[in-house]
Amino acid sequence: MTNKKTLFDKVWDAHVVDSIENGPQILYIDKHLIHEVTSPQAFNELEARGIAVFRPNQIVATADHNTPTENQHLPIKDLQSKNQLEQLSTNCKKNNITLYELGHKYNGIVHVMAPELGFTQPGMTMVCGDSHTSTHGAFGTIAFGIGTSQVAQVFASQCLLLTKPKSLRVTVNGKLKNGVLPKDVILYIISKLGTNSGTGYFCEYAGDVFENMTMEGRMTVCNMSIEMGARGGMIAPDQTTFNYVKGREYAPKGEAFDKKVDYWKTLPTDEGAIFDKEYTFDAEDIEPMITYGTNPGMGIKISENIPNSKDASFVKSLEYMNFEAGESLINKQINYVFIGSCTNSRIEDFRVAAKYIEGKQKADNVTAWLVPGSKQVEIQIIDEGLKDIFDAAGFELRQPGCSACLAMNDDKIPQGEYCVSTSNRNFEGRQGQGSRTILASPLVAAATAIAGKIVDLTENIETLEFA
Amino acid sequence: MEKFTTLTSRAIPLDIANVDTDQIIPARFLKATDKKGFGDNVFRDWRYNKDGSENSEFSLNNTDYSGSILVAGDNFGCGSSREHAAWALVGYGFKVIVSSFFADIFKGNALNNGLLPVQVSPDFLSELLNTIKNNPDTKIIINLELQTISVGDKSETFDIDPYKKTCMINGYDDIDYLLSKKTEIEAFENANG
Ligand code: SF4
Repeated sequence: MTNKKTLFDKVWDAHVVDSIENGPQILYIDKHLIHEVTSPQAFNELEARGIAVFRPNQIVATADHNTPTENQHLPIKDLQSKNQLEQLSTNCKKNNITLYELGHKYNGIVHVMAPELGFTQPGMTMVCGDSHTSTHGAFGTIAFGIGTSQVAQVFASQCLLLTKPKSLRVTVNGKLKNGVLPKDVILYIISKLGTNSGTGYFCEYAGDVFENMTMEGRMTVCNMSIEMGARGGMIAPDQTTFNYVKGREYAPKGEAFDKKVDYWKTLPTDEGAIFDKEYTFDAEDIEPMITYGTNPGMGIKISENIPNSKDASFVKSLEYMNFEAGESLINKQINYVFIGSCTNSRIEDFRVAAKYIEGKQKADNVTAWLVPGSKQVEIQIIDEGLKDIFDAAGFELRQPGCSACLAMNDDKIPQGEYCVSTSNRNFEGRQGQGSRTILASPLVAAATAIAGKIVDLTENIETLEFA
Repeated sequence: MEKFTTLTSRAIPLDIANVDTDQIIPARFLKATDKKGFGDNVFRDWRYNKDGSENSEFSLNNTDYSGSILVAGDNFGCGSSREHAAWALVGYGFKVIVSSFFADIFKGNALNNGLLPVQVSPDFLSELLNTIKNNPDTKIIINLELQTISVGDKSETFDIDPYKKTCMINGYDDIDYLLSKKTEIEAFENANG
């Protein structure tokens, strides 16, 4: 036995309240995020049992999944959506939970607004009834998605019963090529490892590629950990992390902050700690990526051809996408482009898009939606003059929310249409019944919107300007 | 939560891998604020054609098949954490899902709703699927106490967390247990202030 610990071990072990013999452990949860879709049944459950919310101060709520991205100041037309949002407001008020409702200056997608407010901090345990809670792992936080029964458990006790997952480390060293973004890195990793390689594991991303990434980039990577089955992903906190957290609304201030930083510095994985599984990749091998199928593991370099397989689910997937095995996606006409979702809707993503788009025009056949991850991002887009660039190029900047990532509101991709999307899931019908999703980075999405078709960015990648 | 000990039932085959929770219950049906009614829309976009008519090729619509066991392909329940997927399957009448692999969050959600995920070997799974397709009347027997799944003279054991097994057999849930630990939880909070 070694006493060397991983980042994950350190944070996990510091939160174990008790262990059941031969069974799970009781894990204390520092912060709990909630939204309108997965919380109402949990509130009902508590009410039915006559239990109060145990630690309302450790919960923050937002409305994001089911909100319109136009005319947010007007009453919501869809009655069911309206009711769901009203229930969230009522439940939060009744239980003294802070809610950033529609229109609030801090409203936004749960995984964008919480880090922005400094609610997310290194060394914490965080949960939300949403699988992309893995996003917050970018801060060296144990963050994972839970079901509604577990939301009720955290409401009742601020704890969960869990079996400690196994550990997995993905190391990527080297220098990323020009035009290769964090989204490409994670799409590349998932295409190599497959969609269930991480099941039962918590993943740490290590190596200089992640060390050199901004917090926005790290969040994009950790966000998609769930797409390889991992419950969460983590990146060791460092100066980049501390600088990001410092001064934010919920961040500790002054001396308290410095004390925290001292603790956060002890969190990175000890040299020689052992992981249950390890993978290593070379940064130089990564190129701009796109997906061709109906799960996020079905990704290729943009210049590659779709592979060949006789596997029944592979065949079914290509049939759904109306693609042929062996063909290239270059020059495929695309009528919809979506830049948004908790994967790529932070300011950095819009800066990349704007830089590429500046001085160009969107192709006539394309409908291009830009949906910021939060009210704060929306304001930044306007303040930095990016909106002017988007407007001039014919892109449509909408109001914040999950939007076409899951198409619960009116932002749906029509039947049969392709959408190059910066979101995280290309499942059948994810963006609207019969819609066909191609996942990509904000840069590839912007280039697609300009050309009206998928273009091979790698042709002039060395000289490409986007940042 | 309902208690679960043994189940003998016919089964419905769903020979598709990577069934994600968006297929089990599409997002547009997630606007309800209670747990009821999701069963009507389970696998909605596979059960119905674009014009709203029933897709006769989908196994849930094939009247040869019935039962409260769903036998599905590898990596069942991947994707979103929506517990609505478990509610939809339970609402439709399933008590057991058999697959060769389950996604983590789905597995937990299923167990929290009295829906038993039974993970079998890939060989046993394909044999099970073939047997059901060749003879839809085949009965499958699940014994949670012994952790066995049997069909004809073939049988396999499956894993389940011992704590979760006790919960399923007795119909307990985690909230009851966590509430009984309030003193320890508060002590932890005080120590870690
Ligand atoms: S943006 Fe998409 S993936 Fe992210 S929380 Fe919203 S629906 Fe989920």
